[in-house]
Amino acid sequence: MVRNPVVRDLREPKHIPVIPVPTVFIPAQMRNLTRGVAQVVVAGDTVAAVVDELEAQFPGIRQRLCHGDSLAPGLQVSVDSTVTLRGLRSKLQPGSEVHFLPAFGGG
Amino acid sequence: MTTQNELYLGKPSYSVLGRRPVRHDGADKVTGKALYTADVNLPNMAHGKIVRSPHAHARIKSIVVSEALKVPGVFAVVTGKDWPDLKDKVAVMGEAGTVNLMHLGANCLAIDKVLYKGHAVAAVAAVNAHVAEEAARRIRVDYQVLPSVTWVLDAMKDDAPLLHPDLHTDSMGKKADKPSNVAVHLQFEKGNIADGFKLADLVVEREFRTASVHQGYIEPHAVVAMWNEDNRLKIWTATQGAFNCRQQTAELLQISISQVLVVPCEIGGGFGGKIAVYLEPVAALLSRQCGRPVKMVMQRNEVFEGTGPTPGSFIRLKLGAKNDGTLVAGEAWLAYDCGAFPGGMIGPGCMCVFSCYDLPNARVNGYDVLNNKPKTQAYRAPGSTQAAFACEQIVDELALKLGIDPIEFRLRNAAKEGTRRVDGPVYPRVGLVECLRAAQNSDHWKSPLTGKNRGRGVASGFWFNIGGASSCSASVNDDGIVNLVEGSTDIGGTRTSIAMQLAETLGISAEDVRPQVGDTDSVGYTFLTGGSRVTFATGLAAYKLGLDLQEQMKQRAAAIWECDPAAVQVLNGVYNHLGRSLTFKQIAAKIAEHKLDPVMGQASVTPEGSTNSFGVHIADVQVDPETGKTTILRYTAIQDAGKAVHPSYVEGQMQGGAVQGIGWALNEEYFFDAKDQMRNASFLDYRMPTCLDVPMIETIIVEVPNPSHPFGVRGVGETPIVPPPATIANAIQRATGVRMSELPISPARLWKALAGQAEEDGPEPCGERSS
Repeated sequence: MVRNPVVRDLREPKHIPVIPVPTVFIPAQMRNLTRGVAQVVVAGDTVAAVVDELEAQFPGIRQRLCHGDSLAPGLQVSVDSTVTLRGLRSKLQPGSEVHFLPAFGGG
Repeated sequence: MTTQNELYLGKPSYSVLGRRPVRHDGADKVTGKALYTADVNLPNMAHGKIVRSPHAHARIKSIVVSEALKVPGVFAVVTGKDWPDLKDKVAVMGEAGTVNLMHLGANCLAIDKVLYKGHAVAAVAAVNAHVAEEAARRIRVDYQVLPSVTWVLDAMKDDAPLLHPDLHTDSMGKKADKPSNVAVHLQFEKGNIADGFKLADLVVEREFRTASVHQGYIEPHAVVAMWNEDNRLKIWTATQGAFNCRQQTAELLQISISQVLVVPCEIGGGFGGKIAVYLEPVAALLSRQCGRPVKMVMQRNEVFEGTGPTPGSFIRLKLGAKNDGTLVAGEAWLAYDCGAFPGGMIGPGCMCVFSCYDLPNARVNGYDVLNNKPKTQAYRAPGSTQAAFACEQIVDELALKLGIDPIEFRLRNAAKEGTRRVDGPVYPRVGLVECLRAAQNSDHWKSPLTGKNRGRGVASGFWFNIGGASSCSASVNDDGIVNLVEGSTDIGGTRTSIAMQLAETLGISAEDVRPQVGDTDSVGYTFLTGGSRVTFATGLAAYKLGLDLQEQMKQRAAAIWECDPAAVQVLNGVYNHLGRSLTFKQIAAKIAEHKLDPVMGQASVTPEGSTNSFGVHIADVQVDPETGKTTILRYTAIQDAGKAVHPSYVEGQMQGGAVQGIGWALNEEYFFDAKDQMRNASFLDYRMPTCLDVPMIETIIVEVPNPSHPFGVRGVGETPIVPPPATIANAIQRATGVRMSELPISPARLWKALAGQAEEDGPEPCGERSS
């Protein structure tokens, strides 16, 4: 059923999106940028948004993690302990864990 | 926190999985009718030959091809100058990551320098292989020979000859100021190792060295390339991934991927060594130049000298434990060589080194190091075997010194669901504890071993196992046989294991599915056969395809019965409605009779994450103190397969991996002379084990279901190569009292160590502290 959006606005409270607050594990070699902090809690609903937020707090980190609009060559991202093929586009949930790891495949 | 999708169905029993049907490709293979690339012959086909560098490191001053072109019957000559402009170009190879095209191209045909003996410099196409060889001999290459280096630690020195003077060490995105052979530096940390080691009652530290070894697949690299007048390129090849081959070739030639059709022929082994292209783009260049199809087949020495071995490695590893056997801290320093171009196996090596243990405090440093060897390639669980050789020996030594049974020690510290690895991720449900218990309860472990110079060793191993994109399609014939086309090259019997998963889903027999591997124009994108992913990921696609076919069959049954499809029930391949029933085959027969739409389906999946495979091996050895020769008396491989789809193939993978690991442990090595020339590039001198060298490898399959697969499948191909070197070294220690820290443990090396046994418990202990 298609509802009139105006009517819906009058009858229902406005939807306020909740931005997930994942935990990002800072790679050991980048902790000089985070003043030694190993885990950072930042807001963001995708890995890309989280990287933007990290960059705002710790300038220089984006350049280390990303190559243009993609993860840097040789890197992959693990979200909630699952290495995801979606890279920066990976969706995050409240309480998600994000790790940046070397890429691996197999023989 | 883990979010792997819980797909496991938890079926209490299976009608097809777990059985051992005859493999679908068996008759063709045992009668010699299976078509391998070298069997492909086309009209007017030319034969190609590669000119290879005699030097380990040299600048190419000039290449003169005029004399070669004068040889009657020569059609074409190409060199690195025939590559399109690849400078600064990178290609995103999907799940294979990003590839520097300049490096990939220069590895197939050198551009301005040769970086290892055997590096391809030029190629000739001629009327037959003999004329091509003669012409290749007449190509004059003028080299300026440069200093070379093949040992990883030597290559890291400040004064080492630089392979790529423009390369600066990358430390997680930060480039070093000075050029170096160290391509990459990685570091992982968990907890606080200083605090952790303070808690230890016993700390053991040692250094370990491993030689480069080759995958040793029986079929040499081979290709036939035909560049047609319509500008389409057709390639028949022995590859682990037709789509990956297509993309690498297209990117190197700077043409569209849709111009390239790759036909994967039967493959005589790969083990990771047939993922990167070598001959394919070169044969394509020759074919374009001469207007004929071109066949190229490597000789065995070319395979050894021109294609990827494993990294040679140096590892320094330290572990601390309490008197009760609890591990409290670990530190590892790993240097793996990557050969002539960056991009080795150091990442997974670092991530695997402590992967079997719940270690609260750990630090790992890893270095990817260039040297004058062929570019290293994957080899079953790439990077993990070297790491396990180090870690599993230190674990063994701790257990021995603390007076704890080595399996019991491992059980006290084993990684399990919820364990966080040193690189960060947390395991979902995994089966290491179950494997260790199976080892503990095995006949092998319970049987006494007596006799002089005999010893028993045990070790664990881990590989991630990956997912990735897979596709398949199928059609149902009137006789109820299902034709399945899947995109995964079949190396280890996966055609059958995928067909079995489709059959299980449909409730039909494995024999009623006819599987075949499609070419890149006839099946959807499928990532390579590697990473132990095919039975898991392509099997998942087959399951999804089966659900689609089943739904269509319900619709056809409903049309026959003139009822609502939703009212049709399916049980074990029998379709029922209000007391009427038809089998899968009966419906298939009625489809044509009732003029209903044919049934065909397709499915593609992209499962993410790792399926996490653990194994535990036990070896009994006898050492001859007079010669240093180690004889394997008994060997058992235990592994968590998740679900063993075809147990014979699972056992075969476990046995094959174990035997390759035994060869790595005892005999195999790239032996370099003072000029960094490999001196044993033949199977006569490169000593791989034969059936005379090993006993029957006993297997115990453990089945702890993988939560991210409907049947619990994990994949099995990689893990069994990880434990053998450490298992055998631990057994040798028990047999002789000597701890061997260098691979291979050849008779000469072991004899020397036995001769110097006065040095208590090993030749190279770095340090030990008891408190």
